[in-house]
Amino acid sequence: MNSGINIHVEGDTSIAGIALFSNIKMDIMSGQWTALLGPSGAGKSTILKLIAGIDQIASFDGSIKCDDGKSLAGRVSYMAQDDLLLPWATVHQNINLGKRLRAEPEDRAKSDHIIAAVGLSGHVDKYPSMLSGGERQRVALARTLIEDRPVVLLDEPFSALDVRTRADMQELAARHFKDRTVLLVTHDPSEAVRLCGSIFCLQGQKLEKSGHLEPPFPKPLDDKDLFALQSELLAQIRAGA
Amino acid sequence: MIKSLVTGIIALTGLVVIWQIAVMATGVPRFILPPPGLVLQAFIENSGLIAEHAMVTLTEVVLGLIIGILLGMSTALHLEVSPSARLFLRPILIFSQAIPVFALAPLLTLWLGYGMISKVTMAVLIIYFPVTSAFHDGLVNTPAGYLHLSSVMGASKLKTLFLIKIPAAMPSLLSGIRLSAVYAPIGATIGEWVGSSQGLGYLMLLANGRVKTDLMFAALFTLGALSMSLYGLISLLIRRYFKRFQANAS
Repeated sequence: MNSGINIHVEGDTSIAGIALFSNIKMDIMSGQWTALLGPSGAGKSTILKLIAGIDQIASFDGSIKCDDGKSLAGRVSYMAQDDLLLPWATVHQNINLGKRLRAEPEDRAKSDHIIAAVGLSGHVDKYPSMLSGGERQRVALARTLIEDRPVVLLDEPFSALDVRTRADMQELAARHFKDRTVLLVTHDPSEAVRLCGSIFCLQGQKLEKSGHLEPPFPKPLDDKDLFALQSELLAQIRAGA
Repeated sequence: MIKSLVTGIIALTGLVVIWQIAVMATGVPRFILPPPGLVLQAFIENSGLIAEHAMVTLTEVVLGLIIGILLGMSTALHLEVSPSARLFLRPILIFSQAIPVFALAPLLTLWLGYGMISKVTMAVLIIYFPVTSAFHDGLVNTPAGYLHLSSVMGASKLKTLFLIKIPAAMPSLLSGIRLSAVYAPIGATIGEWVGSSQGLGYLMLLANGRVKTDLMFAALFTLGALSMSLYGLISLLIRRYFKRFQANAS
């Protein structure tokens, strides 16, 4: 079981000397999902990549701290809009990619358990090209789950899916990442209010906290408040544009 | 596959018909442009001779391909893993391309003799750069997302190279290899022209010197068929064994 990590991000970001965001402050708390909402191209992914330590273009002047004082390295898993499945590897090999990359032995029982949990039992020996978009994203989810890291960074992982698959995947991910520290980058207010307890909006060069929502998550699709919350958030984004 | 074979045969037949008409219409002498029938006759009459020389060229080409591909691949890998190799080796590689490989043929014959080694070296030289460059391009252009994933997962550089970069570069490498199947016979033939006593290039020169233009054409077509068969065989092997790597990495 992973103990929760709270992350505090504070600082300025620039690309080639040009300021991208100034004085951003964000707390990503454990045990809930935090949304980073904003229009396409606003730089949401840049912030996520800075936290993941994989951005090679933007420079960050500030601090990314965990409340336990340790570094984030080795404690993060990452899931992107593009499922990033290796086309030359089977579903099983893709799911266990982390183990293979670190030359660690595979945990067959755990792998089988996760494969069953995301509903991919009959697909382990297939190649990604033989799967549907939804199935591929399930493989990506299983690959993230098997890493079993306390911090999960999600970069619009559901945005390329059709409506039905998206709702299914959101619920599946919400169930499995319940106890983690999750940052969800999205441009979709409805996704943010359905899944996240804490919502940050990226507008212009500023990052503003836009709301705090109470559980349960994911909110049921027929939740009456959902639409009101979504409209409120949308109005806020449009006002800031 | 079958469709392209059929259309290929139709196109070639068309070419032969045009050739025949051109010969008949212009009345060009046989020693300048022999009609297709005469070339076929020369091919049948000299099939033993042609086969003997074709085997020599084929051996040179295959050896050149194997050595050239291995050398090209190891250079590309070297360029990928070593910054100093990139710094020093790349300018040399690019400069080497400024010298036409054809111009090296007399030198190679002088240094390596009239035997097979100078021809294999020519074939190696001509395919070395395309293979190196194709594979290195593939390695450099590994989709960023894969590298992000591998970095977050805590992979070592070596594991990233073997499990991500090399497989992701396979489509580029394979197209480089496919191209080299067409280039290698050019290298071997040039080597044979400059100085040899065997091979299709030698046979063509010999036939030309004796005004046996029909035999020259027969040798030329054999060389063409040899290149196309090699290209076809390599394409077939790639389709059969490397299909996964060619799939879209979306």
